[in-house]
Amino acid sequence: MCGIAGIIHKGKSTNVGGEMQQMLQSLKHRGPDSTGYALYGTGGTQDYILRFKVGENVKEGSSAIMEDASLYEKRRNEVNEKIVEAGGNIVKEEQITPYSFRYVTSFEGDLLEFARKIESVEMAEILSLGKSLELVKDIGDAKVVADQYGLNNFEGTHGIGHTRMATESGVDIRSAHPYWAYPFSDVSVVHNGQLTNYWNNRRGLERKGMRFMSSCDSELIAVYLANKIRDGIGLEEAMRSSLTDLDGVFTYMVATQDQLGMAKDSMAAKPMVLYESDDLVLCASEEVAIRSLLPHEIDTYDPYESEVKVWQA
Amino acid sequence: MASVKEHKSHDMGLHQEVLTGRTQQVFFNPEESENFLYNDAYDVDFNKRTSIDVEKLNCIEVNSKIKDLMKQGYGTIVLKNPGAKHSLGVGILNKLNLIIEGSLGYFGVGSIDGPVVRISGRVGWSCAENMMAGKVVIEKNAGSCFGAAIRGGDLICKGSVGARSGIDMKGGTIMIGGNAGAFTGFMMQRGRIVILGDVGPNLGDSLYDGTIFVGGKIESLGADAVEAEMTDLDVDWLKRKLKVAEIDKKINFSKMTKIVSGKKLWNYDNLEPTERKGAI
Repeated sequence: MCGIAGIIHKGKSTNVGGEMQQMLQSLKHRGPDSTGYALYGTGGTQDYILRFKVGENVKEGSSAIMEDASLYEKRRNEVNEKIVEAGGNIVKEEQITPYSFRYVTSFEGDLLEFARKIESVEMAEILSLGKSLELVKDIGDAKVVADQYGLNNFEGTHGIGHTRMATESGVDIRSAHPYWAYPFSDVSVVHNGQLTNYWNNRRGLERKGMRFMSSCDSELIAVYLANKIRDGIGLEEAMRSSLTDLDGVFTYMVATQDQLGMAKDSMAAKPMVLYESDDLVLCASEEVAIRSLLPHEIDTYDPYESEVKVWQA
Repeated sequence: MASVKEHKSHDMGLHQEVLTGRTQQVFFNPEESENFLYNDAYDVDFNKRTSIDVEKLNCIEVNSKIKDLMKQGYGTIVLKNPGAKHSLGVGILNKLNLIIEGSLGYFGVGSIDGPVVRISGRVGWSCAENMMAGKVVIEKNAGSCFGAAIRGGDLICKGSVGARSGIDMKGGTIMIGGNAGAFTGFMMQRGRIVILGDVGPNLGDSLYDGTIFVGGKIESLGADAVEAEMTDLDVDWLKRKLKVAEIDKKINFSKMTKIVSGKKLWNYDNLEPTERKGAI
């Protein structure tokens, strides 16, 4: 089933991490397997924030293979070497979990090559690489993941999130949402639904040099949009073309450094409820998520079939 | 053909048309209908009024509480702070005035038979699914699958609704003051849908029977949905129904579009096998 949620404050920043946690926790019943956050901070620094993992969470519920924790340290060192080798400089490094890290790195050059170098290390996967995007995902509900990664006081302008009920692939971090639109900094995607022409699209995109880290159909949307952006197509136009190129039932949300967008398939088969005011937009699979932030009576509505909307921070 | 007199069910807001199904003929036998009551129906007094603050209750607790209050004879129950919770007010098989101050989540007031429900906010997906009789009035918008598979009663949304409203409906009336999404009236089998605003693509796709009236623009018709001529009877019926619906809007009824089934799909016998394949 899965639950998705998004929030964007127009012209101001707030505790978007805490807000997203509340929204996603109220969607727990739609997806108890894993939770993911793509939060956009106010920093907008010159340096890149790199979120990556070198292993999987193998706690209860995970479908990942148990590994010796010492491997994580070895892989992390290899990643450090690759960053330097690619011409980058590690400004700050934090270990969040035994397998997950947050780095601040300075780098000037081809982001694709930079990402490829890092991911050449066994099991290394970049979750996000951006100037304001911080992408976190793990097994557990919204509160568990937010507590684990310290997201409850994350200051920012907007974000998207996902609670996952695994159907098309395993219960692991690599199949959890959101997905970073590799290799474009600050672009992330969450999805609720099923894509039925996944392999046709994936093969075509792989021939164009795009990379897939999982066999989760939702990753296709991120890679598809990344490919369009690479071809110089704007976000909204790329989203509109996805409505004909992607087959299946879906509602997805995409976020960039200063935008939040949503798209719904031509059958309108997957839910989405919207609340819009002059300074705030909230969207979620169920209104209960919106009510977790705005308990008083408000006006909400369902977007229609084939509808694409983009809001500016 | 049975006369209207024989069908007490019509007075209860059930089917508006003569029923032909064997089960229904037996069920609505005129001799039995006089005493038609559910086993656990309660004799309630509409003047006996109370309220429930549902903020801290889950749907099972709320629905049980409604039943307990009906048992005590309360005929008017107000739900406060519903907070878009799911499945509130479902399975009420009784006469009752249910007033909901706020919005409902998914599957609100589903499988009801008899109550009059007023909702001041919005409703999520599948509101009043499988409704048998009664009246539901929603002041704001509604999500998708509005009135899925209803068999009777009046379901009214004064705002706009999502996709697939009236999917598989088998009777009753759905009235929408605003716009409606794709596949409205999908596989509809009986009853009427009135949309005063615009409607999305594939209107009335694969409808077996029933009638859809549209006041605004139709993006496209679905398979086997065809336009029919508006009659004076249709206009009279619309005027009466919209009064019941409490929709305060100036409408030129004669300019509305009437959609019915073309009856050309596989389930109708008038196609050759080769044509049938094409139609599917």
